[in-house]
Amino acid sequence: MAAAESYPDDLKYHEEHDWARVERDEAVLGITWFAADALGELVHFEPPEVGSAVMKDQSYGEVESVKAVSEVIAPLSGEVLEVNEQVVDAPETVNDDPYGNGWLLRIRVGDSGEVDALLDAGAYRELLAQQ
Amino acid sequence: MVPFAGWEMPVQYEGVIPEHLAVRTDAGVFDVSHMGELEVEGPRARELLQGALSNDLDRLEPGQAQYTLLTNEDGGIIDDLIVYRVGECSYLLVVNASNRATAYAWLKEREIPGSDVRDVSDECALVAVQGPRAIERLGLPPAPAFTFAEDSVDGVEVMVNRTGYTGEDGCELLCMSEDAVRLWDAVLERGVVACGLGARDSLRLEVCYPLHGNDIGPETDAISAGLAWACALDKEFEGVDVLRRVKEEGPERRLVAFVMEEKAIPRQRMAIEGGGEVTSGSHSPMLGIGIGMGYVPAAQAKAETELTIDVRGRPRRARVVKKPIYKREE
Repeated sequence: MAAAESYPDDLKYHEEHDWARVERDEAVLGITWFAADALGELVHFEPPEVGSAVMKDQSYGEVESVKAVSEVIAPLSGEVLEVNEQVVDAPETVNDDPYGNGWLLRIRVGDSGEVDALLDAGAYRELLAQQ
Repeated sequence: MVPFAGWEMPVQYEGVIPEHLAVRTDAGVFDVSHMGELEVEGPRARELLQGALSNDLDRLEPGQAQYTLLTNEDGGIIDDLIVYRVGECSYLLVVNASNRATAYAWLKEREIPGSDVRDVSDECALVAVQGPRAIERLGLPPAPAFTFAEDSVDGVEVMVNRTGYTGEDGCELLCMSEDAVRLWDAVLERGVVACGLGARDSLRLEVCYPLHGNDIGPETDAISAGLAWACALDKEFEGVDVLRRVKEEGPERRLVAFVMEEKAIPRQRMAIEGGGEVTSGSHSPMLGIGIGMGYVPAAQAKAETELTIDVRGRPRRARVVKKPIYKREE
């Protein structure tokens, strides 16, 4: 079952519809409900390799629905510590639980200053309202 | 909604996957009113069509339909279509929306005294109801595939064509444009799931029905495309000489079906190592893997051949399979 629309307050957001849950020097990344809903049921996640670097504002992977391919943009720079294999095996997990089991990557944050530049939930909701 | 051949078409209603599964397990309905309808009538209508279409028209009795190709002088495919023999001297051609004008002009140019070609697309609407329970849900009597009959669905007069583009049982209901909304609502009321273009594409790809503009076109010939079964090479029609030659010499490349052996979804225009190209690709909701069709050199066309597809720079393994890719377990 696809999740209901939500944008949790404890997350940071990137305007390309990605979120980050920052905990000390690590962050968990994923795509927002809005992105998952726009794509439709995901059927493929092409992740980066563990140990590789992701760059803020740049693509680190791809998600695909039956009809569409979309790049996933990194909200923060860092080193990939873990890929969510549950999403690799069952991509629809992202639609079901975009902020929980549907996370995509865990990274070591390279520059904690980047975190401050991200949107909070209120600002992200405003951005969506303008679209 | 997306623009498609001058129409605004829904890609999906509830979602491509649930719509796809509805058609495979129960019944789904597609508004395919964008398709073109050409009427060809007159004592010499048969002669005109027999010289323009690839399949043998003489195998059709009134009340029967046939998959056939409109070919050009090079044996290329101007359009693939279904011809219905409506009466002794009267035929209906249901053509692709994007080829409606071309197909009409092509036939009109070749009109002979005693044959009359008319484009009646704007007067007609077409609603495809597909799936193992489609006929039952519509309350229609059973009938063989590729036949048609006049009937009505909840008071709407329709021509019930036992044809479709999903590999499932079902029908395509042809009605007057002004009755289309009433028919659509009546079909939904009967518990049939509304389906969009997305599911239509994934359904037809699983059963390897070619899509004109993707898998076949004026530059591709029927033999290479695996459509020799729809070509009566023992009769005369446009481009038949070329097709006979390709058949005799063997095509240089063939349209094959393949499944991905690694996690990846093939897409149109991706390169296949060895000189091939993907012409249609998607995720198969029934098989849960990436599937596709594409042209490969004849040497790579045998079932079980390993292919390598360039998925945006990443080489991914695929395997040629016999068509159709998906077949319902009996």
